[in-house]
Amino acid sequence: MDLLNAFIALANYVLVPGIAYGSQLALGALGVTLVYGILRFSNFAHGDTMALGAMSAVLITWGFQSLGLSLGVLPTALLALPFAIIITIGLLLGTDKLVYSFYREKKAKPVIFVIVSLGVTFVYNGITRFIIGAEDQRFLDGERFIISARDFKEMTGLEEGLAIKTTQGLTVVTAVIVVAALFWFLNKTRSGKSMRAYSDNEDLALLSGINPERVVMITWIIVACLATTAGVLYGLDKSFKPFTYFQLLLPIFAAAIVGGLGSPIGAIAGGFVIAFSEVTITYAWKKVFGYLAPEGMAPDGLVQLLSTDYKFAVSFVILLIVLLFKPTGLFKGQSV
Amino acid sequence: MNETLKNTALFAIVALLIVLTGLAQSWNAALLIIAMGLISSIMALGVNLQWGFAGLFNVGIMGFVALGGLAAVLIGMPPTQGAWSAGGWGILTALLMGAATIILAVQVMKRMAKGWLRTLVVLVVLVAGFFIFRALLDPSVSAVEAVNPATTGYLGGLGLPVVIGWMVGGLLAAGAAWIIGKTALGLRSDYLAIATLGISEIIIAIMKNEEWLTRGVKNVTGLPRPMPDAIDLQNDPGFVERAANLGFDPTAASTLYIKIGYGLMFAAVLIILLVLAQLALNSPWGRMMRAIRDNETSARAMGKDVTFRHLQVFILGSAICGIAGAMMTTLDGQLIPTSYQPLRYTFLIWVMVIVGGSGNNLGAVLGGFLIWFLWVQVEVLGPGFMTWVTGALPDDSGLKEHLLDSVQHMRLLTMGVILLLVLRFSPRGLLPER
Repeated sequence: MDLLNAFIALANYVLVPGIAYGSQLALGALGVTLVYGILRFSNFAHGDTMALGAMSAVLITWGFQSLGLSLGVLPTALLALPFAIIITIGLLLGTDKLVYSFYREKKAKPVIFVIVSLGVTFVYNGITRFIIGAEDQRFLDGERFIISARDFKEMTGLEEGLAIKTTQGLTVVTAVIVVAALFWFLNKTRSGKSMRAYSDNEDLALLSGINPERVVMITWIIVACLATTAGVLYGLDKSFKPFTYFQLLLPIFAAAIVGGLGSPIGAIAGGFVIAFSEVTITYAWKKVFGYLAPEGMAPDGLVQLLSTDYKFAVSFVILLIVLLFKPTGLFKGQSV
Repeated sequence: MNETLKNTALFAIVALLIVLTGLAQSWNAALLIIAMGLISSIMALGVNLQWGFAGLFNVGIMGFVALGGLAAVLIGMPPTQGAWSAGGWGILTALLMGAATIILAVQVMKRMAKGWLRTLVVLVVLVAGFFIFRALLDPSVSAVEAVNPATTGYLGGLGLPVVIGWMVGGLLAAGAAWIIGKTALGLRSDYLAIATLGISEIIIAIMKNEEWLTRGVKNVTGLPRPMPDAIDLQNDPGFVERAANLGFDPTAASTLYIKIGYGLMFAAVLIILLVLAQLALNSPWGRMMRAIRDNETSARAMGKDVTFRHLQVFILGSAICGIAGAMMTTLDGQLIPTSYQPLRYTFLIWVMVIVGGSGNNLGAVLGGFLIWFLWVQVEVLGPGFMTWVTGALPDDSGLKEHLLDSVQHMRLLTMGVILLLVLRFSPRGLLPER
């Protein structure tokens, strides 16, 4: 029995990556849930919005790097983020004007919006690949670790190391700031309140003089901030590859639905539920059990429930369970 | 202009385009476009059944097509010597155990009274079942994958005629559709889209990773063909003589002969499915489906079981996609799990249905041929076009090089733009629903 080492191993391989991944999913799911709450459709283009936003950040980062600008220990991408957000805002507002507003005026059925958003997905995807290509791009610089496994071992004298990457720390800090700002905006400002009113009861909101076009515009702006931030953080933490963002769509949707579509708190909770299920089910528990088990009883196999290739299956199964038993999600979102 | 004339004219234009391809490029290319166009039309027919008849949005076409491909392999390939005795039966037992676990859990859910005890029992059944499943599965899988891994390392198929695999492909896809439909239908329409997106990703993940089933990324090649082999034809003196009489050399004649043969087989399947779909569309069942699509509430008030009907048509449409998937794998003669891309197998089919005219079976067929033709030709003509566009730029310009390199990604953009434009300006498509 070696509880301390077991806990460190658990933290290193499950808790830290789970929290970072959960924050990224939560930011993504917040975007999906806001679009759903205000515009009332599942936005299939969200993954590729993240990709486009992240791509803008990558290009701007490269520009800054060639100019010699940097943030020292922090990645230069942080400096590029505000500019990337502005580009994404322009893109989303332009898309809304050119594409979605037509169907809003016609009061088209939600499923038409979904198809249209699928079309937008591929246009975005095409633009991303056209500009930056389909390959992996690295844009991370600065210090790699807040604390590396070796330093941790030397500091504590423990057998197990705990590594925290700068990107993981950054992800969590940024996510907390963004979420706090979002909730402050939704709960305290006039625009935020009108957004919530519009989401709860469209007719009543219109009756009380809320301008729907303004609400929609603010929504897209917030969604652009969330999507770009999520995309950049994910790209920094893993790597930037256009296709992975399309694949992120499934866990993001799963997170939003688990939490309850349309509910911001639900989206955050859902993000962590999905992230931790994915990490715990695909993690090989051999090491942790090795420390916990009595001498000589350590497990032979990897004690891995499912290979990492099936991480999508985890979000999918959770999605199916929620749809079967509680379609409104954990936080009573809109299901019909 | 009357409708028959317009339909005939549109089909004639597509036929002309393909003939022009034959004259300008090669007849081989033209016949390949026809064969793939026929398969695409069948997929579009299946999606049209779901979307055009019933308004169901399926984003998982790729998954159903891939299941069809899997069925072609499982039926058509010869069984691997020694793999079944090494671990095949073990895998089968494990899969049966897995199925039994799920059935048991469902029965417990149904029979026991609601409460924490039921939740506990279900969880225990599922967890215990999962571990037994893995304990049975893993050793057998390693045993099967160890059987001559360079050339086989998988169970192989049943060695039956591959055409039977087409039907089995339909059945497999129907099974997957049933699972999805059961959970996601009856909820709001977006959920079906998300659930189908999920199942297609998972089907592809399984096909990429379960080597005992599909050889994973090592691909299954050399699928038996329902057509004679090109080499055999070239060695057949009778065939060579007939080819010579028509003025062909044996090699060209044999490939053309095989392509035409495939074309005729696929056309037969398409015609059967098209006739069935037309009969269904004009039957009381088809009218009921459209009534449900146009106004669910009133259809429900008339006593129609909307969720059940949706499930029915969703399964039928997916099965058709499965059949087409099996046909495509047969045509390719190989199964390449990594080649399944959502753009190519989900999105392109959607463009076909929307452009052709949703709700119109002939429209789906027209869209299938037209969009497939464009898809192939953009790839052929795109680089030339880009060279022409960038002609004014200096040769060493970085921009020119970049544009020439990324021309392959133009197809995504083009198809996305076509879909958005048609949805916006001509939402009823080329051949509108009557």
